[in-house]
Amino acid sequence: MTDHTVRAYDRELETLGQRIAEMGGIAERMLSDAMDALAKLDVDLAKKTIAVDPRLDALQREVEDNAILTIARRQPMAVDLRECVAAIRVSGDLERVGDLAKNIAKRAAKIAGEARLPRGIVGLKSMHELAAMQLKDVLDAYAQHDVERARAVWTRDAELDALEDSVFRDLLTFMMEDPRNITFCTHLLFCSKNIERIGDHTTNIAETVIYLVTGEAPQIERPKGETSMVKR
Amino acid sequence: MNAPTVNGGGSVAIQPPADTAARAVKVDIRKVDFFYGANKALKDISLPLHENEVTAFIGPSGCGKSTLLRVLNRMYDLYPNQRAEGEVLLDGENILSAKQDVNLLRSKVGMVFQKPTPFPMTIFENIAFGIRLYDKPSKSELEGRVEDALRGAALWNEVKDKLHTSGLGLSGGQQQRLCIARTVAIQPEVILFDEPCSALDPISTAKVEELIDELSAKYTIAIVTHNMQQAARVSQYTAFMYLGELIEYGPTNKLFTTPSDKKTQDYITGRFG
Repeated sequence: MTDHTVRAYDRELETLGQRIAEMGGIAERMLSDAMDALAKLDVDLAKKTIAVDPRLDALQREVEDNAILTIARRQPMAVDLRECVAAIRVSGDLERVGDLAKNIAKRAAKIAGEARLPRGIVGLKSMHELAAMQLKDVLDAYAQHDVERARAVWTRDAELDALEDSVFRDLLTFMMEDPRNITFCTHLLFCSKNIERIGDHTTNIAETVIYLVTGEAPQIERPKGETSMVKR
Repeated sequence: MNAPTVNGGGSVAIQPPADTAARAVKVDIRKVDFFYGANKALKDISLPLHENEVTAFIGPSGCGKSTLLRVLNRMYDLYPNQRAEGEVLLDGENILSAKQDVNLLRSKVGMVFQKPTPFPMTIFENIAFGIRLYDKPSKSELEGRVEDALRGAALWNEVKDKLHTSGLGLSGGQQQRLCIARTVAIQPEVILFDEPCSALDPISTAKVEELIDELSAKYTIAIVTHNMQQAARVSQYTAFMYLGELIEYGPTNKLFTTPSDKKTQDYITGRFG
């Protein structure tokens, strides 16, 4: 896009984008570290993951402050205004992604001493792979203002919902097989819910990208698994 | 842990609010060209001014927006070598036709300028002067109409105790509202504002904007402004002009949030102009 007559204005908007990119990187890293900690029941890695979260919170506040300052200072119009609003929204979603990853890490630290059930983690790994790919795609879509890519992310969220259903059924079976699995599996259940919600935030970001570029929210209902056992 | 809530799941199919049903067209500008001598300043301009709505004209200096405003009450007639072609229909009558009584036209289409232009007379006379041009009211009727005009321009409370002091003693913002009162006093149908706030401080600007909002209940209004936020605040329709051409015209909410034309987008976001 053409530059603004006032170059400082361009720099302000660029800085917003850079901070979001930084937040995205941290959120992605937190999610993969939390899942590693869960798979390996690695308490140290879990604690390190938890320790990163304040940085993400600080960045979110910075993005919000800067976006509000730009609105006050420049009275942005049209796409520039959407850029500011989008930055505020996306930073909020990424901050929540970090919180949810942190929660997975906390649970990993908690169940490290419990009875192991490696097959309980398998389904969660697939959920994580999909969620991580979605998150990466949506961050790219945001950085490149790519509506088609954002739409693809938006549509694909239904797959994550379906995976969560199957994880839910598996974990239920393990718990019925042996009540000693219950604590462990309940934590995993929450972890799968967390990943599913990360998917929801990813979808939110996809919607924000569509709004940012086109000025309109997606006009059709997002596809969802209607037969879900998990109440959403 | 919080109860599970879904952030991304809800429907986002929120319909944009439907445009308020378009009101009747008060002024219909049809294929208007305008010339300063050989220089063509307006090129094939067509757009409507809706009754009881505010239409804003924006665009960089020299784009023709003030010229277009001057066509609407034939202000250009005062200058040699200036001429307009095409049609401007006011309630269906072509005001560009040679048969048009220009004085009558200007009583129907009032104008407020960039700089306040009070006459060097008392506040009362500033307004009574215009009324007497078109009417011969009795003294009490005249006083009533002056008061109505001053109330209509939200100036009455500030000047009611000094009606017979000079209009030039008022502040800039008050002078501008005095000019609006003068315009309103002759009961026009259309009011043209040519950058009415560019010489005013923010509070006076807010008062004039509030006034424009109130006046639009009674009059059809066109406003030229360099302040895009002002155009976004006061108008229901906006026309973006560039180099004598109408680039985009539409509902203000749409034009300032999702303009269709790249030139409009670049201009309103401060990328050129």
